[in-house]
Amino acid sequence: MLTANRLRDGDVLYRKGDGWVLYLTEGDVYRDQGCADAALAAANAELVRNEFVAPYLFEVREVGGKIVPVKEREIIRAAGPTVHRHTGKQAAHA
Amino acid sequence: MLNTLIQPPQPNMYRYDEFDAQFVSDRVNQFAGQVARRLSGELTEDQFKPLRLMNGLYLQLHAYMLRIAVPYGTLSSKQMRKLAHLARTYDKGFGHFTTRTNLQFHWIKLVDVPAMLRELADVEMHCIQTSGNCVRNVTADQFAGATDEEIEDPRPLAEIIRQWSSLHPEFVFLARKFKIAVGATEKDRAALQWHDMAVQVVKNAEGRIGYLVMAGGGMGRTPYVAHVMNEFVEREDILAYLEAVLRVYNQDSRRDNIHKQRIKILINTIGPEEMRRRVAREFEELKRMGTLQLPKEELDRITAYFKAPDFETGLSDDMPDAGPDFANWVKTNIHKHKAPGYAIATITLKTPGQVPGDCSAAQMDAIADLMDQYSLGEVRVSHEQNLILPHVRKKDLPAIYARLKELDFASPNAGLITDIIACPGLDYCDLANARSIPIAQKIAKRFENLDRQHQIGELKIKISGCINACGHHHAGHIGILGVDKKGVEFYQLLLGGSGAEDSSIGAIMGPGFGEHEIADAVERVINVYLAERKAGERFLDTYRRIGMEKFKAAAYQEAAAA
Repeated sequence: MLTANRLRDGDVLYRKGDGWVLYLTEGDVYRDQGCADAALAAANAELVRNEFVAPYLFEVREVGGKIVPVKEREIIRAAGPTVHRHTGKQAAHA
Repeated sequence: MLNTLIQPPQPNMYRYDEFDAQFVSDRVNQFAGQVARRLSGELTEDQFKPLRLMNGLYLQLHAYMLRIAVPYGTLSSKQMRKLAHLARTYDKGFGHFTTRTNLQFHWIKLVDVPAMLRELADVEMHCIQTSGNCVRNVTADQFAGATDEEIEDPRPLAEIIRQWSSLHPEFVFLARKFKIAVGATEKDRAALQWHDMAVQVVKNAEGRIGYLVMAGGGMGRTPYVAHVMNEFVEREDILAYLEAVLRVYNQDSRRDNIHKQRIKILINTIGPEEMRRRVAREFEELKRMGTLQLPKEELDRITAYFKAPDFETGLSDDMPDAGPDFANWVKTNIHKHKAPGYAIATITLKTPGQVPGDCSAAQMDAIADLMDQYSLGEVRVSHEQNLILPHVRKKDLPAIYARLKELDFASPNAGLITDIIACPGLDYCDLANARSIPIAQKIAKRFENLDRQHQIGELKIKISGCINACGHHHAGHIGILGVDKKGVEFYQLLLGGSGAEDSSIGAIMGPGFGEHEIADAVERVINVYLAERKAGERFLDTYRRIGMEKFKAAAYQEAAAA
């Protein structure tokens, strides 16, 4: 998947199509490296719009039918901190 | 509600003059312009990043993080209330006191930062020198001006160093960040020896007050304890001497390798003797020019801001009797004050289960009320992420304790195993490899029983979520370092570190433990200590006497069996 942070508030974004969404569950999953690289290249080209910063790819896997990041760092970015659980994106589902 | 009823007392601390106010205001306007230019696209992210870092603004995992300077850890109640207001208005209702005695907000929007900086400037605060490759916020002994152990209050010197370094044209673009601490007692509460440079107020054989200067300490990837550069620098020469150290560092440090750019690497590469020689040469040159003397009048002028309050006389020096819980709190959290009838009260932000260093807006407001009512409007932030009411009448301690209990900040654990330092770690930090806070919470809950804590005695656990060591793991009696193994968190144990006057670097025990194993491993280490210790020995003393092996055998043997 492809992620970035929104410039104006730093919020975590996920790539969907040619745009961005706020939740990992709504983002695009790239099944092959070529698609992932193309999405990253497109995002890098859009940096001049000054809407988001620092795009990068990260790995996900399917667990019980759900898409889950491989690394703890991305799990936390997607949900919010594991303390103060009323904060972060997880708050919307609380 | 107290703040609406009475005029808050004005603590004896530095107050902005016209120049300071203009400087901070100009800087706010400058950064507001830079933010606007970034949002409009006039500045690229690469151009903007060093500018935001010069104003304490980081981009972290979930949002921007704004780090606010608390010079030498001193805050007024007015400033505390402003921090509460900012937490409520721009963050998610809480802030985090750091090991550099600053305060961080972790949920900040870039578009809000100019307004926040303007609000901070209104109470003589800013975010300058809290990030970037500059001389960082100067820290000091949190008991400064209150303890009877000190030669003199070190904060005037800290303020002078702050003013000297803030706009110093030579040191705006150092190779790396540069941290300075000051102290004035033999007991080191400010981790002096772990700083790039540290100054200790001392008296020479003739009884004259001067300064001992150390340099080359630091944590991070390559930990070193500082070397003494000069055992006695005369008062009027101190800025020239500090400038000489910084000048040698600035000229001779490596800029080609980010891991070798700190002064500790320079000093330990060329050797402390050669460093002293180079510094002496620069110092002589600066002295010869005579442009950097510290006039007595200027020292006196700054010192006057920190004049000791007019303490009440005739107070009883007896500790009130307010029950066993209060007595336990007194045992660990109350320290001797220089004025009869007064005490220094430590509020540990570490009730087991809490996030070390976190404070909600409501708690900040309530502490501001306590400051006004009982501590002459003042609080200190310690590098151990606690708050200190520096000037409290002993007779008021029961009322303070009762209020702290309501705030869930009355844990009688200062200096004990649950008084854990922890960086924000992977829950917030972009650099972290592993979480620190949940590990601190887990260990604190494991050792929550107060009798057990007292049985264990003084024990400093310090947890970092990465090798940058913001959680001071190298200096922990028990240090914990979070590492990443293929995306999974592991935790290395270190034993034998100290951040006090007996500073030492903790030794790594061996391979890391899993997230669910680390609290058990710590407990097994503690059990070895309890079995092996001799009368009066702290954990650190026992470790230094018997070494690593027994601790290691217990930690891994039982981990393997589990």
